[in-house]
Amino acid sequence: MQKKDFTDIGDGSSLYMEEARGQATRAPRPAQAVPSKPAAALPEAKAPEYKYIGKPTRRIDGREIVTGRAKYTQDIKLRGMLIGKILRSPHAAAEVVSIDLAPALALPGVHAALKLAEGKVRYAGQQVAAVAAVDERTAEKALALIKVEYKTLPYVVDWERAREASAPQVRDDKPNVEKINEYVRGDIEKGFAEADVVVERTYRTGFEVHHPTETHGSVASWEGDHLVVYDSTQNVHGVRDGLARALKVPAANVTVIKNYMGGGFGSKLGLNEQTVVAANLAREIGRPVKVLNARRDNAVCVGYRPSSHQTYKVGAKKDGTLVAFSLLNYASGGVGAGDDVAEPVVDVYKCPNCKVEEHTVYTNVGGSRAMRAPGHTQGAFGLESLMDELAAALDMDPLELRKKNYSTKNLGDTGLPYSTKGLDKCYELGAKAIGWERRNRRPGEGNGSGTIRRGIGVATSIWFGAGVPGTLADVVLYPDASVEVVCGTQDLGTGTRTHMAVVAAETLGLEPNDITIKIGNSDYPWAPSSGGSLTTPSVAPAVRDAALKAVERLKALAAARLEVDAGDVVMADRTFSSKGDPAKSVPFAEVYRDLRRETPFHGERSGMPRDQYAFNTFGAHFAEVEVNVETGRVRVLKYVAAQDSGRIVNKLTAESQVVGGVTQGLSAGLFEERIMDDATGNVVNPNLRDYKIATSLDIPEITPIFVDVFDPRINNLGVKGLGEPARVPSSAAIANAVYNAIGVHVREIPMTPKRVLEALKRKEAGS
Amino acid sequence: MEKKPAKKSPGGVSRRDFIKGMGTGALGTAVLPPLLGQTIPTKKGRVPVYDKKTIALTVNGQKVGLAVEANETLLDVLRDKLDLTGAKRVCDRGECGGCTVLLDGAPVYACMYLAIRADGKAVKTVEGLAAGDKLHPVQEAFIEKDGYQCGFCTPGFLMTTSAFLEKNPAPSLDEIKQALSGNLCRCGNYAKIYGAVDAAAKKLRGA
Repeated sequence: MQKKDFTDIGDGSSLYMEEARGQATRAPRPAQAVPSKPAAALPEAKAPEYKYIGKPTRRIDGREIVTGRAKYTQDIKLRGMLIGKILRSPHAAAEVVSIDLAPALALPGVHAALKLAEGKVRYAGQQVAAVAAVDERTAEKALALIKVEYKTLPYVVDWERAREASAPQVRDDKPNVEKINEYVRGDIEKGFAEADVVVERTYRTGFEVHHPTETHGSVASWEGDHLVVYDSTQNVHGVRDGLARALKVPAANVTVIKNYMGGGFGSKLGLNEQTVVAANLAREIGRPVKVLNARRDNAVCVGYRPSSHQTYKVGAKKDGTLVAFSLLNYASGGVGAGDDVAEPVVDVYKCPNCKVEEHTVYTNVGGSRAMRAPGHTQGAFGLESLMDELAAALDMDPLELRKKNYSTKNLGDTGLPYSTKGLDKCYELGAKAIGWERRNRRPGEGNGSGTIRRGIGVATSIWFGAGVPGTLADVVLYPDASVEVVCGTQDLGTGTRTHMAVVAAETLGLEPNDITIKIGNSDYPWAPSSGGSLTTPSVAPAVRDAALKAVERLKALAAARLEVDAGDVVMADRTFSSKGDPAKSVPFAEVYRDLRRETPFHGERSGMPRDQYAFNTFGAHFAEVEVNVETGRVRVLKYVAAQDSGRIVNKLTAESQVVGGVTQGLSAGLFEERIMDDATGNVVNPNLRDYKIATSLDIPEITPIFVDVFDPRINNLGVKGLGEPARVPSSAAIANAVYNAIGVHVREIPMTPKRVLEALKRKEAGS
Repeated sequence: MEKKPAKKSPGGVSRRDFIKGMGTGALGTAVLPPLLGQTIPTKKGRVPVYDKKTIALTVNGQKVGLAVEANETLLDVLRDKLDLTGAKRVCDRGECGGCTVLLDGAPVYACMYLAIRADGKAVKTVEGLAAGDKLHPVQEAFIEKDGYQCGFCTPGFLMTTSAFLEKNPAPSLDEIKQALSGNLCRCGNYAKIYGAVDAAAKKLRGA
């Protein structure tokens, strides 16, 4: 499949999907050799019992968060800091004829101004110029004084119109429609010829905006030749590398820091324009500069989930056996490429014949970016809706249809075996928890004729989440018995600090709160971007590796004191003792003192046998809804999310990940939709009032289930990613529940009341 | 491209954008200066037109006096002048509750509240919720139940919750949902936050 560059300024975040899929070539050191024999020789190794891993642990940084002491980029204030602001194009397409900065520079309090646009602007919201001033108000005033002369050009913001021959060409380098993905296995013609039942449907998903609570922002400060940047980012190393390229300075002279961040969801995976602006202004003036996006900016120029228009055809035997799938998708991601959405249809079900063709349609809208499980939430909505409509055509239980076509190898059972796959357990436990037998046997049937109709639906997910070999972490032991873990990863709100502390404490025989965690700095050992559900399965094994080495050293020191072999030293209750003679013991404090100086142990996340196994995460979500057939309003009553993400590190934060994934899917499935205005080329709803996000009133009881399938091959802990798997099937499960309630599939998200009523009309019309 | 008549955007210019623009835009320079320092008639009698005013307020128990501009919000003052960055700027127009603080015990959106109106009032921010090292029961409950993810909206939720539980010490789940509905959590952790609020209520009741 084609690689996708998720950002506007070539910043290293394109590695994101490669890393997620396990294709990343970048690693600071060669990964450890993988065993050449199939690891199946050692398998079904039982998961060891742990004291902290897999149990609920409160966040070690909870106190910082609840007291307001946690410093986010928005909160950073440096001595002498100026405020930068960016002027953006009001036009969706225009030639920038001239930019006159002089009136802005003449305003007292303004320190510098920059021209940012040359030639054409291609979307409303594209940066044109910037200023730095003593405070926000002066900067705003200065922006209003900049004189820009535009020659407006024809534009198109509606992707369906952009496909027409008469539409203005968005990009100079290519036509508006471009093929982004092609995939074939088997022979679909043959497959469809063998089918007893063929169902053909089109499903659509809209534009979903990330809207992290903390908008994108950066504070840049030069200390001589060295640039220090505080950035609200999911990727301190990637931003460091991107800045070095953009500013033409050595990467070694750039440090990127992110202590706390108010959400990202994929929109902060790479270098942002405002970071470069802050660094350039700061360099010119010789003082620190802070540039924060306004909420409106976050709706127009830092991405969104691209739309999809998925036309499927599926063929099956009478007994439900799948024989052929085809998918034709049109995605739209503005001036950038949309997502390919095919992985669910390619991978999830056993099907010998499959053909995919996907195109992106360019429009004069800011470029899309990766958003929590890019491509997969759209693809899962299409595929899983299709499976339910097929089940109805076959008069089969939708869950039975899914089980009937269960695959144990990837690529629809034609590729490598999954190292582990607990999806069957997810189906079983999830169905039990929701009360699957209570569903309407056929969509809309046996459900009365009242205003309120109830229904239950299911949807499946597959995602990556194996982590990145080559991730580094250091465990540092101090002679005063304090312990520090250092890694250049970052916490998005998933609880990374706590996960690291749990693994270190477990290994070193300490408590999580004993461990000092240092993350969020590009000077620390390399870790990948925090996207793709990579963080925990990359970082936790590296911490484990380092901590095991530390224990080995401590045991050697204890052995010398106890005068026994290191192999005979037992670690428990903060003491080392002799296996043969438990009375012989020495407390941790004394052994640590024998280190004499702080001692780092370097850990690395090793490789996995990718040539023999596929490593994926799975999940099955179940939703119960009620639909008001007079108003078209959908309410979710109950939700069960069963996940196979291998071993869970921290049950408490893992539950939050699942709850969050479900909630975002509910929100996208029912409410969220960015709307473009054809007449002005602008976003109609660039705020949090007109762009609807779920509130507390919309959220039902959510039950997370972890099936806890231990994977002995994936890494030294058996951990896999969770953030995205919990998001993938949630809109689809709700859509299928609505289908089960009202007997007609809405086929488009968000399922606004209008669309639900239109679907009901379609049902009445009998189509 | 064919031009359709311009649709009116539902956003338009809000009252808040208007007020914010007063200091910087044409209105501010053309209309206000002649009136500054004078009084204008209103339904409530004549009121002064300020450009700057010195206000006195109590912030987290400490008396503070400072000069503020007429169009500065309470959030501007807390974050930029008093370095109390717990209240966050999220939507900046009263749509999300990320800036919620207590004013004489009642929750307000600080981004929608002009600082001069806070003159003589008591403000409590998240920094003032704990008693020294002793966390407020609401703070403890959010930690215990993982009632947060990225934590950016958390100060707003904590302030809303603490005020709500003062008024309703034993709320039902529906009442909790209703009380929190003015605070957005983009990580989507509401289902955990209910549990935290419920646990906080129990702690406060000593149950």
